[in-house]
Amino acid sequence: MSEINNVSKSKLHGLWALTNRELKKWYKAPTVFILTLIQPIIWLGLLGNALNIGSLFSTSSIQFPPEIAAQFTPTQLGALNQFFSGLQDQIMGSTFGTTSYISFMAVGMIAFTALFTTMFSGMSVVWDRRLGFLNKALSTPVSRAAIILSKVLSATLRSMFQASIILIIAYPLGFQFGDAFTPINILGVFAFLFLICLGLSSMFIAINIRSTRIETPMAVMNLLNLPLTFASSAFFPIDRMPDWLQAVASVNPLSYTMNGMRQLLINPTIDYSALAFQYAYVGIFAAVLTTIGIVLSWRFLNK
Amino acid sequence: MSEDAIKAEGLTKVFNGSLVAVDHIDFSVKHGEIFGFLGPNGAGKTTTINMLITVLKPTEGKASILDYDLAKQNNEVRYSIGVVPQEYTADEDLTGCENILLCADLYGIPRKTSTKRATELLELVELTAFKDKKVQTYSGGMRRRLELACGLINRPKVLFLDEPTLGLDVQTRAATWNYIKMLKKEFGMTLFMTTHYLEEADALCDRIAIIDHGKIIVVGTPTELKDSLGGDIITVAIKKDVDITGLVEKIEHVKEVKKENGSYMIKSENGEVTAPLIIEALRKEGHVVTRLSLTKPTLNEVYLQYTGRSMRDAEESNNSIHAKRMMMARRRH
Repeated sequence: MSEINNVSKSKLHGLWALTNRELKKWYKAPTVFILTLIQPIIWLGLLGNALNIGSLFSTSSIQFPPEIAAQFTPTQLGALNQFFSGLQDQIMGSTFGTTSYISFMAVGMIAFTALFTTMFSGMSVVWDRRLGFLNKALSTPVSRAAIILSKVLSATLRSMFQASIILIIAYPLGFQFGDAFTPINILGVFAFLFLICLGLSSMFIAINIRSTRIETPMAVMNLLNLPLTFASSAFFPIDRMPDWLQAVASVNPLSYTMNGMRQLLINPTIDYSALAFQYAYVGIFAAVLTTIGIVLSWRFLNK
Repeated sequence: MSEDAIKAEGLTKVFNGSLVAVDHIDFSVKHGEIFGFLGPNGAGKTTTINMLITVLKPTEGKASILDYDLAKQNNEVRYSIGVVPQEYTADEDLTGCENILLCADLYGIPRKTSTKRATELLELVELTAFKDKKVQTYSGGMRRRLELACGLINRPKVLFLDEPTLGLDVQTRAATWNYIKMLKKEFGMTLFMTTHYLEEADALCDRIAIIDHGKIIVVGTPTELKDSLGGDIITVAIKKDVDITGLVEKIEHVKEVKKENGSYMIKSENGEVTAPLIIEALRKEGHVVTRLSLTKPTLNEVYLQYTGRSMRDAEESNNSIHAKRMMMARRRH
């Protein structure tokens, strides 16, 4: 009766079915879908657009006092005025690598969203354990690797999609592409996102798979989320941070992801050797964490 | 192929190095049989099932399902078994049909075959009308039926049911029993089920193993187990205050007579046959029988006999052990 010969014997059968199960929960629930997009919009709107740091450096209100102006010839004065009015852009450019702060921050938000999405997706494994789905899947011939990889893959796909939405939303809010931008760079951005999401979601799944209570991953997330965000170049460039924070931020893989994506999207020129290093750093992070995550989860599932 | 569909030898599971959940159990289940594990919560029933369905690795001992070794051929085991878990594992955000197809995908069944089977199974568990509704709209009974359909998608030869009627109302429970009986009758499936409802084990199982504290205490058919108590109890009262003990003892099948509160408690192997004989014998001697009742022993008495506790007491003591374990586990973290 059992038609064993009639089934696919591929090692990773069921991988797409399990991944699609996760994705369906998300794209078939429009409320959740929209709500997850609201937070980055608020961040972008408040910090990027309303509390625009760039406006702090505005020189338009600065006038030369008459006694100083009297010491210069009109030609000299014109040149000086020109210099000062260009100062804002210069400060912005040297600090943020772009004259528009919202562009700087939007890229930060893309990585930030990736962090959040992978955190939340990682939590679903706790539900799968509590509700018995994990045991059910373990009793079928689907491979243990497919169970873990489906979680990693769905988190990655979700993050990549949400990151693209951020970029689309940021554009009407004033996002400016850099001079070095070409449409092909978008692929490079996706490559960064893919690597960072792979690493992060493997890490969160390995943390969460042991937990039977939803409170534990919540606490872990709350603990990690602010330091990971602020000890990175999401809102502020690393080289302007105090030394102790620089030390943390300069090993944070999120910083490398953001700086790499900024080179591709908003910077006036691309430093290819720096870009290669950023790819290598994020790539190694992804490879190491994915391996550790999968090995740990695998060992747990084979107990 | 050997005559046993499931065979376990010295199967043991120890958690965290010290917590013995299942303690060297041996049993075998014949092809086409409904075999029940009866015991209170925390007795080790679910742990045993989890080992048999390859979710947990046994600490010691071995088991085989359809002659496939659990340790060495676990993939073959997985292809040939179906599992209906205790929990509702169907995804609430997906429809009934999507859930069945997801299960099919986990077995690598091609979509063409799985769509056909899903339609048949939905028909079988009477969910065709709700197949495109999200599972979160289903009632408890409907979810249980959906779990059953999911467990049957790979046409298993052995089906594992963990507490199949836990938390269901009386009607839904009766309906579930009918599905289980039908699986055995129509498909000749071997069923392994756990339950802590005595009447469920009695109504469904061909053979029962009573399990307590991780050990199998006794195995037998419900009738055998009940008979092992010494048979039925016939209570008789007569009009006159005369001692009839000697008279009754001579009657065929009667094993023991005791006088209690003016009536006689008669133990007999075959109550239905013995009762008329008793009435006849008493009449012949001129006695008038004023009252007669026949009690069949229930599994509750069996349970009491073998474990020395009633089911309810056992559950309470196991619950307190469970609470202690939880406290210990928490302290460790």
